[in-house]
Amino acid sequence: MQPASNTPRQIVDHLFRHESGKMIAVLTRIFGMHNLSLAEDVVQEAFLKAVQTWTFNQVPDNPAAWLMTVARNKALDIIRRQQHFRALSGELAYQLQHATESTVRQLFLDTEITDSQLRMIFACCHPSLKEEDQIALTLKTVSGFGTTEIARALVTNEAVIQKRLYRARQLIREQGIQLEIPCGGELTARLETVYTVLYLLFNEGYNSLKADELIREDLCMEAMRLCLLLSEHKVGRQPATFALLSLMCLQASRFDSRMDENNGIILLQHQDRSSWNRELINMGYHYLRQSSCGDRLTVYHIESAIAAEHCLAPTFEETNWERMLQLYTLLLEHKPMPVVQLNRAIVLAQLGQQAAAIREITAIPGIEKLLDTHHIYSAVLGDLYLQAGDKPNACKHLTAALRLTVSLAEKKLIQQKLEKAGEGEK
Amino acid sequence: MKDFMFIFHNGSNAGKLSPEEMQDNMQQWMAWIDKLKAKELYVAGEALLPAGKMVKGPKGVVTDGPFAESKELVGGFFIVKAASLDEAVEMAKDCPDLPLNGTVEVREVMVFEGM
Repeated sequence: MQPASNTPRQIVDHLFRHESGKMIAVLTRIFGMHNLSLAEDVVQEAFLKAVQTWTFNQVPDNPAAWLMTVARNKALDIIRRQQHFRALSGELAYQLQHATESTVRQLFLDTEITDSQLRMIFACCHPSLKEEDQIALTLKTVSGFGTTEIARALVTNEAVIQKRLYRARQLIREQGIQLEIPCGGELTARLETVYTVLYLLFNEGYNSLKADELIREDLCMEAMRLCLLLSEHKVGRQPATFALLSLMCLQASRFDSRMDENNGIILLQHQDRSSWNRELINMGYHYLRQSSCGDRLTVYHIESAIAAEHCLAPTFEETNWERMLQLYTLLLEHKPMPVVQLNRAIVLAQLGQQAAAIREITAIPGIEKLLDTHHIYSAVLGDLYLQAGDKPNACKHLTAALRLTVSLAEKKLIQQKLEKAGEGEK
Repeated sequence: MKDFMFIFHNGSNAGKLSPEEMQDNMQQWMAWIDKLKAKELYVAGEALLPAGKMVKGPKGVVTDGPFAESKELVGGFFIVKAASLDEAVEMAKDCPDLPLNGTVEVREVMVFEGM
């Protein structure tokens, strides 16, 4: 009864969450995707058993393996309780049952567990599902998040998440979606969807201003964990996977440096570069090198290369802006979006081309609305006008930016620029 | 010091926990038990499986139960040492299931003397 030592019993962080995804994947491979809820029940029972046993006794040496064994035994129990062997002769029934049980045991081996997890990721990212449903289902089934946690992470309410999960499961049943690894062109297409889901998961955690910091970090870590899992499997070991993984590492290295105490975004040029996580940066470089084989250039390659350029520069001013301009021009071809254009304009300004930069921003489709709602656009445009010596326009946009930002640090910086812009005005 | 029994009735929200919340709840239970053990106040404790049978009345009628959905379902018990009922009640307030709508029944173990 008594624990062997007086040290508090500690279990590795997120153990249940991570093991949940593994167990559900293996159990679903056994019982079929149409029995997803049966798999979830078995997992819940395994956790309950762990809670009771570990609380009142000792935590086993290998808690993850303990949980897997419980799940395996429960699966075998369910198979033995099934009636479908009864219609056969004793001999045949014995052989079939024996073969089934041996297959089930096989599926609980480590390599098969990874394989099942990957199949589950592919199933959750099935093209028949809506993007928002893919994300919710992946978080629930692969990542072991609860509905409340998903709602918090995606800044919505629980009913919305429940609806998405319900819709996804219904579609899976209706279409008979199975846990399988697609082949050929279908695999390439499915991997694209998986990348999109992982990229969105990561960005949701990295950029959302509304979610609390803790769950945001969880989301980023989870996206990285799944991307790593993908990169370790033969079908996922693709240049684009490594490029995405590299991008996530390089971005995550600035995770703690990009926010101020008021949850305001600190722009890259104002971040303390010494606080960037070197370990993640080096991992990012490593995966970027691994991504540079093959003949296909993806947005992840370009974005990762941009992130790497920032990490390589000792200061913002010393960034290789010529190279940046090439990269952003390339990115804009692959991803014509306002935020890419804004960043390209910033690069132009760094190269002394203020007028071109201003033209670039004012040419963004829908810029009027963006200037009214996102402080970054107003702040950058105001700053560019200031650099170009157009004080009235600088004042106008900086005032808008001041009104839109919630970050105190940002407010202070914009205020300083406003004072400069106001000089000689009055 | 006297012996007290803590009888834990499951909270109505216990079944709705995510894996992360279950792990968190378990860690709190472990920390609570470890703390009581360190102060040498913990005597014994067990968890109970939800399934069971009820044997009732003069005829010994056997029924299934208690039922998992019953609010009164006993999930486990502790025997702890405390100086008084008030002190035991204070100790019981650390129960990690209280936020999940759980209940702790605190009862003093009767001591038969001079028999």
